[in-house]
Amino acid sequence: MSSEPVEEYISDIGPPHYSEMLPPVIKNNYGKWKYHEVLKPGVLLHVAESGDKVYSVRVGSPRLLSVYTIKEVCDLADKYCDGYLRFTSRNNIEFLLTDESKIDPLIEEVEKLGFPVGGTWDTTNAKYALSNIVHTQGWIHCHTPAIDASGPVKALMDELFDHFKNMDLPGLCRISIACCLNMCGAVHASDISLVGIHRTPPVVDDDVVRRTCELPSTVAGCPTGALRPDMKNKTIKVDEEKCMYCGNCYTMCPGMPLFDPENGGVAILVGGKLSDARSPARLSKVVVPYLPNNPPRWPEVVDTIRRILEAWAAEAKPHERIAEWIDRIGWEKFFEKTGIDFRVQVIDDFKGSRWTFRTTTQFRW
Amino acid sequence: MSNEEFPLLSELKKGPWPSFVKEIEKTAEKKPEMKDLLKQLERSYEDKITYWKHGGIVSVKGYGGGVIGRYSFLAKECPGVAEFHTMRVNQPAGWFYTTKALRTICDIWEKYGSGLTNMHGSTGDIILLGTTTPNLQPCFNELAKNGFDLGGSGSALRTPSACVGPARCEFALIDTLDICHELTVTYQDELHRPMWPYKFKFKVAGCPNDCVASKARSDFAIVGTWRDEIKVNNEEVKKYAEQGVDIKVQVVDNCPTKCIEWDEEKKELKIDNSNCVRCMHCINVLPKALRPGDDRGAVILMGGKAPILEGPVMGWVVVPFMKLEPPYDNLKELAENVWDFWDENGKFRERLAELIERVGMMRFLEAIGVEPDPRQIKEPRTNPFYFWKEEDLKPRVDPWEIWRKAEKEM
Repeated sequence: MSSEPVEEYISDIGPPHYSEMLPPVIKNNYGKWKYHEVLKPGVLLHVAESGDKVYSVRVGSPRLLSVYTIKEVCDLADKYCDGYLRFTSRNNIEFLLTDESKIDPLIEEVEKLGFPVGGTWDTTNAKYALSNIVHTQGWIHCHTPAIDASGPVKALMDELFDHFKNMDLPGLCRISIACCLNMCGAVHASDISLVGIHRTPPVVDDDVVRRTCELPSTVAGCPTGALRPDMKNKTIKVDEEKCMYCGNCYTMCPGMPLFDPENGGVAILVGGKLSDARSPARLSKVVVPYLPNNPPRWPEVVDTIRRILEAWAAEAKPHERIAEWIDRIGWEKFFEKTGIDFRVQVIDDFKGSRWTFRTTTQFRW
Repeated sequence: MSNEEFPLLSELKKGPWPSFVKEIEKTAEKKPEMKDLLKQLERSYEDKITYWKHGGIVSVKGYGGGVIGRYSFLAKECPGVAEFHTMRVNQPAGWFYTTKALRTICDIWEKYGSGLTNMHGSTGDIILLGTTTPNLQPCFNELAKNGFDLGGSGSALRTPSACVGPARCEFALIDTLDICHELTVTYQDELHRPMWPYKFKFKVAGCPNDCVASKARSDFAIVGTWRDEIKVNNEEVKKYAEQGVDIKVQVVDNCPTKCIEWDEEKKELKIDNSNCVRCMHCINVLPKALRPGDDRGAVILMGGKAPILEGPVMGWVVVPFMKLEPPYDNLKELAENVWDFWDENGKFRERLAELIERVGMMRFLEAIGVEPDPRQIKEPRTNPFYFWKEEDLKPRVDPWEIWRKAEKEM
């Protein structure tokens, strides 16, 4: 037996209490904010009932950060923000300042580190910057991705960089990327979402299935009933006619991967929104069923997104998001104006499809 | 690294947006084994396929989740990332940090892991990306000693998250940070020990703008709202108009129920609150002049989820209004009722929305003790196919008895 003293095992303590992490100006005015203004792209001013002011400088990040970069960011927060900072729900870093004169020197230093300031919007004046892209893990760390995630984000944000830096869009536009249908990034209610898809059925390795899979639950997990157990050989048979390549089986059973480098690719969905401002929140709809998975810069994807974004930005009324623009002009005009080919796969044949067919003679020519 | 060595990844070092490749390189400068991550990733870029194997059960003592096991198919070629597990660390509510706390996490992760992170993962956690099996327990112990704990994974409660809320937003109608923290610490067992049919997510948004995407990304979305009148300060409206804000175009024309009137001459805004749907648009445009009312609470929407399995779902309104005061017992009771029903009736890997759809919203509402309300639906059903219970009905009469009796009487 070991004679070492037994240390108390700490577990189930939960995260630190948020109040330990709040800068004094936030703590003192918690729940007592009166209004905000956007001073310039990337810089917000919030004014409290007490008259206190806090300036937020929003900084885009690739989400994937080394501890060395985080420490450099901490150095800046120590220098300019008394040792506090926060992150946003869209992977931005936010520096919170109380001294207005420190804003510009901070911006200069943080941009020197390679991190751009922007991503804000001024609703009062209907001037919107593109927000950062929410995304998933991709080839860096995931076992089910049909495409990479960080790569397409980098390629897109390079292309759309000016829209992040300048508030030059008519409404909010949120772009999100999920590298497979599991969608750990839950991108299905974004103005523009990209989803990695498979187009060929799983390839079953009987031996791996026997060693690693629970047959009944895997079979039961198929949403189209395309799987059946082969009890004699203790494996799974796939009815390829019924498979729509969702990949749920592979999530449950390592013996049936769907990867197919030359056939996997990207679907593009548009017109989702989460805010209930003006029109109700809604899910995104597929407009491009497939584009090739083309690393390192996914030119077909980047080009299509740019076309959608520009067609919308050129025509949208103040505050109008892509979904609301389409409400106004109709889907047929959306395809016309963006130059996107209307392909048969866009017509729903999964569950609930009957609600998506048009039942009126009202259309635009 | 030389650009010749990893030509495809080097392409992603170019351009104005910060490069994730440079971040990986930064770790490789300090930790030579991280060069193997670049090597494996370059190979993925060449071959257009992942080289990470499926799962692997690894954890820390007493926990059933919080660590995602990850092994490489290229273990021989890239031994530095042969084992490359993720640790999910529960973020403080609202993602606020002191630099001291962040540096502590960085130091621990530099010592025990790859030095690579996600700030933050899709669910909200701090993601510590890549370590070996032997390092998991000491890393966890050190995190715990410094006040941090793991988040959720697998068929468990996932780490709740919240928008910035009252910490820095005048629109916050509920205390998102406090609700998030309170739920997180109350349900540590549910978070750390997977025991359900599948995952379950809470998200807390302070107002209908939903900056934390709760409606689409959580099974149980808590969204702030109000019931009384919008507070109008016409002096401030006037100032906005004088500054050049076109009140008609920006505000009136965008009101979804056309319940706002603008008197251009008097510079006066009037709202018919009885027809206002509390969408936030006018308040978003004129934050100095318009404020939500004081009768504040939350809408609870349930079932939000991504496409796997039966298609994506935007959360469905279950409770149109609920007052929320610490310690939020009413909220917890509701969540626990939902879990009881899901536990009893849910199939393996069936999310809440799929269960509700299978058993019917009517039965679900009854099981969790929620009264029907027209605010729960977009429109009533178009079919009369519904269930009745015995107590709704008079005693059953047998039609055959009636007819046979009539025949006898003839």
